[in-house]
Amino acid sequence: MHAEGFAESIRGAAASRTPLRLRGGGTKDFYGQALEGEVLDTRGYAGIVAYEPSELVVTARCGTRLAEIEAAMSEKKQMLAFEPPHFAQFGSGETTSFATVGGMVAAGLSGPRRQAAGALRDFVLGVKIIDGRGETLTFGGQVMKNVAGYDVSRLMAGSLGTLGLILEASLKVLPLPVAEATLRLELPEDKAIETLNKWGGKPLPISASAWTGGELGVRLSGAGAAVKAAREEIGGELIDAAQGERFWAGIREHTAPFFGSPVEDAAPLWRISVPSAAPPLKLQGEQMIEWGGALRWFFSQADARTIRDAARRAGGHATLFRGGDKFAGTFQPLSPALMKIHRELKREFDPHGIFNRRRMYPDL
Amino acid sequence: MNVSATGINFIRQAEVVARLRQRLPSGAVLYAEEDTRSYECDGLSAYRQLPMVVALPSNEEEVREVLRTCNELKVPVVARGAGTGLSGGALPMGDGVLLSLAKMRRILAVDPLARTARVQPGVTNLAVSQAAAPYGLFYAPDPSSQIACSIGGNVAENSGGVHCLKYGLTVHNVLRARAVTIEGGIVEFGGEALDSPGYDLLALLVGSEGMLAVITEVTVKLLPEPEAARVILASFDDLEKAGNAVADIIAAGIIPAGLEMMDRPAARAVEDFVHAGYDLDAAALLLCEADGTPEEVEEDIASMSEVLRRSGASAIRISASEAERQKFWAGRKAAFPAVGRISPDYYCMDGTIPRRKLGEVLLFIGQLEKKYGLRCPNVFHAGDGNLHPLILFDANDADQLHRTEQFAGEVLEKCIEVGGTITGEHGVGIEKINQMCVQFRPQEITAFHGVKRAFDPEGLLNPGKNIPTLHRCAEFGRMHVKGGRLPHPELPRF
Repeated sequence: MHAEGFAESIRGAAASRTPLRLRGGGTKDFYGQALEGEVLDTRGYAGIVAYEPSELVVTARCGTRLAEIEAAMSEKKQMLAFEPPHFAQFGSGETTSFATVGGMVAAGLSGPRRQAAGALRDFVLGVKIIDGRGETLTFGGQVMKNVAGYDVSRLMAGSLGTLGLILEASLKVLPLPVAEATLRLELPEDKAIETLNKWGGKPLPISASAWTGGELGVRLSGAGAAVKAAREEIGGELIDAAQGERFWAGIREHTAPFFGSPVEDAAPLWRISVPSAAPPLKLQGEQMIEWGGALRWFFSQADARTIRDAARRAGGHATLFRGGDKFAGTFQPLSPALMKIHRELKREFDPHGIFNRRRMYPDL
Repeated sequence: MNVSATGINFIRQAEVVARLRQRLPSGAVLYAEEDTRSYECDGLSAYRQLPMVVALPSNEEEVREVLRTCNELKVPVVARGAGTGLSGGALPMGDGVLLSLAKMRRILAVDPLARTARVQPGVTNLAVSQAAAPYGLFYAPDPSSQIACSIGGNVAENSGGVHCLKYGLTVHNVLRARAVTIEGGIVEFGGEALDSPGYDLLALLVGSEGMLAVITEVTVKLLPEPEAARVILASFDDLEKAGNAVADIIAAGIIPAGLEMMDRPAARAVEDFVHAGYDLDAAALLLCEADGTPEEVEEDIASMSEVLRRSGASAIRISASEAERQKFWAGRKAAFPAVGRISPDYYCMDGTIPRRKLGEVLLFIGQLEKKYGLRCPNVFHAGDGNLHPLILFDANDADQLHRTEQFAGEVLEKCIEVGGTITGEHGVGIEKINQMCVQFRPQEITAFHGVKRAFDPEGLLNPGKNIPTLHRCAEFGRMHVKGGRLPHPELPRF
């Protein structure tokens, strides 16, 4: 598949006002409000365009397997520091379902290391996109610092394919930490939140945290000496390295026991993003806390309004991440002023409204 | 005639002043030349323009009144923080209102547990770190103007500093911005959680140079102060070797807290000024800092020294005390004023290039020095490939000024040619607006105008900065034929 093929399809769809559903491996089909339109499969446009370890940059086409760029990086002892989830197990019924680079950027999701390293949007350096007129546009580049023009590249991160087809993305990469260690501590919820925030104010090399059911896992990453010193300060039980790696992979990929296997009548999974120091959310259901307190996963049967009100009171927002009734809206509704800007931006990039209609909000 | 000697239409001025005075306290509206003169330029003093009116709101409600007034009367409005910007982003307009946020300088809250600070836009960058210091926290972006520049201006420009490689730019360190639209509406971008629903509009706002909305409040992230920091001062007898050493450090899996480079002419200028004890025989000096726990710093300093030695450093000194670390840095931090001492004027560029092209671009700058007969010492944020070549000239000599502009234009275009950008941290403003036509095609420029329209449909916020009109690009292209080809051949030319 050539990029020009996509552009032609998009121009055709724009002319006939045919909605398109931009899709990579389909591993995040579950995520978002609605799936509408003819599938435009990006997997045929694949490959690493450039990878310069000493520049800390990788550029890849949208259909490239996320696993492929990760393997290339791991060979050079580097990584995507935001630990994007693949969610391969959520691909709908295909045995070969895999996460792609384009889908990763469009979904904008980050994993456990986000609390220390930053989110996917923090690592986007440049994109090439096709807009809703079929025009190929290039924003940003391959360099770390670039303030020429508006930062459209980062705007694409998490835009769920509603503004354009991401053809190519350049991402900042980081060296793998020299040393890592995982510790396990027993703490009640309120104490865990407080402790994580206090640690956050100290120069400790904490790269991930996960609390559930009274147990707190903490990952340390950095120079060998720093990890060793932090182990002494934090205490708790040291987990075997391989087991620790599996533990964090399970949280990143939602394969850990907490996330269970998708069951038809199970409670929906809510993703509640709050200021890290927000006190425990008084919601019914099973909870896991990540990101030093800033991310709270809930399997809860409570109604959407109760959950969204709790999130808002805590200074954050709630996403109906998986399962449940999407009628209540997947994402927290925006203020009218913000919604207006969203609609205007959508109109500028996709004037005929053909891309991923209603994937983000029912009226976008 | 309705136009004053300074080019201000005073009938229009009287109309705008009368309307603003109904809505703002007395003293918050300035229009007499002796009062508005000090606003005629920002840190890029080569460009000057007296504003028609200056408005000095003291709170968000007054900012709304100013913007509502400008929207009603269709008057363009230029927001200004501390006026330290280096690209003329806050250059006033003779038919516009200059909106100064300098009176809004309160630190509203510091939350040591959540590690955030909520501040008004006029608060200086350094004041945020000072307010955080009692809790062992700091605000990471540290532009060289940090004692004076404002947070609002930092957000507008996406400012950097000498620690970006490890700690990121402003965009990585701001959680939330509250802003007023041209219609006077209040919008919250981002939030105090780590992400927010919908599009990442905060990323668009950061670095938008006052073109999308006027910021009235910012929440920034605070980081724990590292317990220890040490810096290596390495000498190289060859610029290219120094450039390669930078790549070698990164390739070795180390992210230094700071990685700065300067060439011999820059080192000489600063040594005469601050006596930092620099090696003046070296062709290039590298400053390479590690911070963190004392154990981490020892480990990093040892491995970085090893890499630097293997990369051919002719001498290596490691700061033995905090005083010595400060001394090593004093030279780098004083580079601009030091260069200011040896030349009546200097012109600072801000291109960013892939690190591996450092040697090639430095060689090219050396050739341009000969071609234009002007000296150009170089200081860079080498770790992130951000160059600050400083062209020395005398602004009173029209020919020198002209040669300087040509020289700078060629350097910026070289940055684009090797895969970089015309501006890493200073912004486009008015200064690099023509080079935007070289870096971007008309299609992208059209998309940028679309982004602006989504926020500011009538184009009243800081018009003429940051994003050139296609007409301007066509005009620039006519004067600027590169390699025998006219850029943008598809555009009509008038």
